[in-house]
Amino acid sequence: MAAAAKRAPAKSKADAKSGSNPVTPKPVEFTKEQELSAYRHMLLIRRFEEKAGQLYGMGFIGGFCHLYIGQEAVVTGMQMALIEGDQMITAYRDHGHMLAMDMSPRGVMAELTGRQGGYSKGKGGSMHMFSKEKQFYGGHGIVGAQVPLGTGLAFANRYRGNKNVSLTYFGDGAANQGQVYESFNMASLWRLPVIYIIENNRYAMGTSVTRSSAETDFSQRGTSFRIPGIQVDGMDVRAVKAAGDMATEWCRAGKGPIILEMQTYRYRGHSMSDPAKYRTKEEVQKMRSEHDPIEQVKARLFDKKWASEDDLKAIDKEVRDIVADAAEFAQADPEPDASELWTDIVH
Amino acid sequence: MPIEILMPALSPTMEEGNLAKWLKNEGDKVVAGDVIAEIETDKATMEVEAVDEGTLGKILIAAGTEGVKVNTPIAVLLADGESADAMKAPATAKSEAPAKAPEAPVEASAASKPAAQPVAAAPKAEVAADPDIPAGTEMVSTTVREALRDAMAEEMRRDEDVFVMGEEVAEYQGAYKITQGLLQEFGNRRVVDTPITEHGFAGVGVGAAFAGLKPIVEFMTFNFAMQAIDQIVNSAAKTLYMSGGQMGAPIVFRGPNGAAARVAAQHSQCYAAWYSHIPGLKVVMPYTAADAKGLLKAAIRDPNPVIFLENEILYGQHFDVPKLDDFVLPIGKARIHKQGKDVTIVSFGIGMTYAVKAEAELREMGIDVEIIDLRTIRPLDFDTVIASVKKTNRLVVVEEGFPQSSVGDHIASQVMQRAFDFLDAPVITIAGKDVPMPYAANLEKLALPNVGEVVEAVKAVTYR
Ligand SMILES: Cc1ncc(C[n+]2csc(CCOP(=O)(O)OP(=O)(O)O)c2C)c(N)n1
Ligand SMILES: [Mg+2]
Repeated sequence: MAAAAKRAPAKSKADAKSGSNPVTPKPVEFTKEQELSAYRHMLLIRRFEEKAGQLYGMGFIGGFCHLYIGQEAVVTGMQMALIEGDQMITAYRDHGHMLAMDMSPRGVMAELTGRQGGYSKGKGGSMHMFSKEKQFYGGHGIVGAQVPLGTGLAFANRYRGNKNVSLTYFGDGAANQGQVYESFNMASLWRLPVIYIIENNRYAMGTSVTRSSAETDFSQRGTSFRIPGIQVDGMDVRAVKAAGDMATEWCRAGKGPIILEMQTYRYRGHSMSDPAKYRTKEEVQKMRSEHDPIEQVKARLFDKKWASEDDLKAIDKEVRDIVADAAEFAQADPEPDASELWTDIVH
Repeated sequence: MPIEILMPALSPTMEEGNLAKWLKNEGDKVVAGDVIAEIETDKATMEVEAVDEGTLGKILIAAGTEGVKVNTPIAVLLADGESADAMKAPATAKSEAPAKAPEAPVEASAASKPAAQPVAAAPKAEVAADPDIPAGTEMVSTTVREALRDAMAEEMRRDEDVFVMGEEVAEYQGAYKITQGLLQEFGNRRVVDTPITEHGFAGVGVGAAFAGLKPIVEFMTFNFAMQAIDQIVNSAAKTLYMSGGQMGAPIVFRGPNGAAARVAAQHSQCYAAWYSHIPGLKVVMPYTAADAKGLLKAAIRDPNPVIFLENEILYGQHFDVPKLDDFVLPIGKARIHKQGKDVTIVSFGIGMTYAVKAEAELREMGIDVEIIDLRTIRPLDFDTVIASVKKTNRLVVVEEGFPQSSVGDHIASQVMQRAFDFLDAPVITIAGKDVPMPYAANLEKLALPNVGEVVEAVKAVTYR
């Protein structure tokens, strides 16, 4: 999105404390392997989400189900900047994040269908999933609650003196919650290694950012706390990766928190039951046809002759097979045993 | 293979809908994401998007059809080179997902069907008895304040992952001096002064606990924890269950709770009943210094979030504490403060002060009272309460909190359900009055329970 470049990075007071302010880095040039890997990862998320939508339509998935379609470049690019032990936490729109953290598609899908093989044994559902093993700390249904929690993960990193970073994701809507600013203050005060990734997909349910936010440049929301921030084209996986590299380096160097505003877009409704009457079809179609994160990679792969139509078809087939297997598992796997009602809790 | 497009469920509650209109005609090419039809659900008009690519081969449900059940095939999508005739072949794939669709909603909602069998009750965790105190153990007169500080210091020496955070806990040595000396011994990495930001630092504590640290979060008083209650309930209490046991929050939230003296409505509320409502939390509310010490140590070691409710008026009171290297008490076990045979008084925290004074007066009248100090509100030790009621056949519960949905109400209900035949009189619950705490000295006194009320209640249930 060109909008990213439009606004000059505002002068924040961060300079005083941390040296020069970061500016939006240029998208990194990907190698052939990186392009192919990004393509494959984003496609997996897209196909997985399409399948989840289908299973929802068929009644296999219940409750609320928030799809990540359109935003795939954000988690995929950020993931390319991580090292072992870095943590991730986000809200309820979390399927893409979990796949990016290399959690098993079967485990995620089976949680969506509420089965025993799901990551939470069917007790969490779409919005509440975790993997301690993969350092994925949820999956949170209360808008904004993950922000102090993610700050706490960073607190633990600093307490232990390790080099790990907490990736704390939240939406443009969540960015108006008070606890976000309480967290910003503590994170900056204590120089915690946390990257606040604001996924600005322009809407919080049916409310556009201009109708909800006095300052719509979310990268500057940390100014009062001396937290620097940049706007990033969240539809270009290379731009995200470049920002991720810069931000993780910033945190690992002990400079404290940083904000990345990812300018992105969700193609689907807020959840499965959203008729999306608050925006025009043309707006959605324009994003899809001009900024689609997967199509961008595809075009580059063809451009550079790094992949043929057949090569990508083969990847597509492989991804579809993984998703079909996950879906099959998630439908065949039994519901949790009745005795699970009383496990994972003390009385 | 041709793909059947099914009538989708588009809300958590939708079972059928109207096929309002087709936006594509038979023979039209569609790509994933194209809107092919509009359907009306109970709530809104929704668009149906194509998930696959192909040609719309046949429309099976005409526009304008009402009451189309979820999962009914509404159209057929053909891949390149396929014809609609292929439809006649029996082996049509129902979408590309495994063919099982029509039964799906039934199966998916199986869990919500009324269970034929009664649901099994929660299994009860075994709670150990209090540890034996070896004969000859020195008893040291200690204030509740010192006991709490000692408990934290001992646990911090024992476990590097334990740290304290809160407002004024470090440099100022604690707003009520409970953390006195901790900064000097453990430094500012482990004794952390926070900004005034209850919701924020409660969440930071829970996040650190998710990562394996064992935070002790001090609230200057629990009145201010109302700002943090979302993090306590939704994040700390529910995560172990929601994660299928993978991850929980080994955290203690502690601080003074309930009325102090003349601080009025916004600074005087008891939260025992509130937190005791929440599965996933443990709620401890000690009266004596020994219980404060032994239970705080247990709370810090507990893998679950523990709400530890203290009381400003009790902080300065002296009690004997056994001088032992590692004095830990079990959470979930009531203590029989005094044995008796005529009537049971159950109380906890500062409520115990009324029970103890009333017992002395009643003894003069020849009534032999048994006093049970719950110590833990959740999990509540009903075994001890019910065993006592079976012996005395009479029960009075005393607490300072508001009367509606009080801890006493819950105990009365349980005793009625589990020991109805043993009761010789209705249970009487004594609580604070049903008003915000007033400031005026005389009104404050009236709003709190008093010893006279307890004495009268005991006389009533013993028909004296
Ligand atoms: C505290 C709270 N308030 C309201 C809601 C209901 N709600 C769920 S998602 C949402 C919109 C959030 O939008 P945003 O943060 O932009 O994230 P996005 O859905 O766009 O990913 C709202 C209002 C909630 N879950 N929690
Ligand atoms: Mg949004």
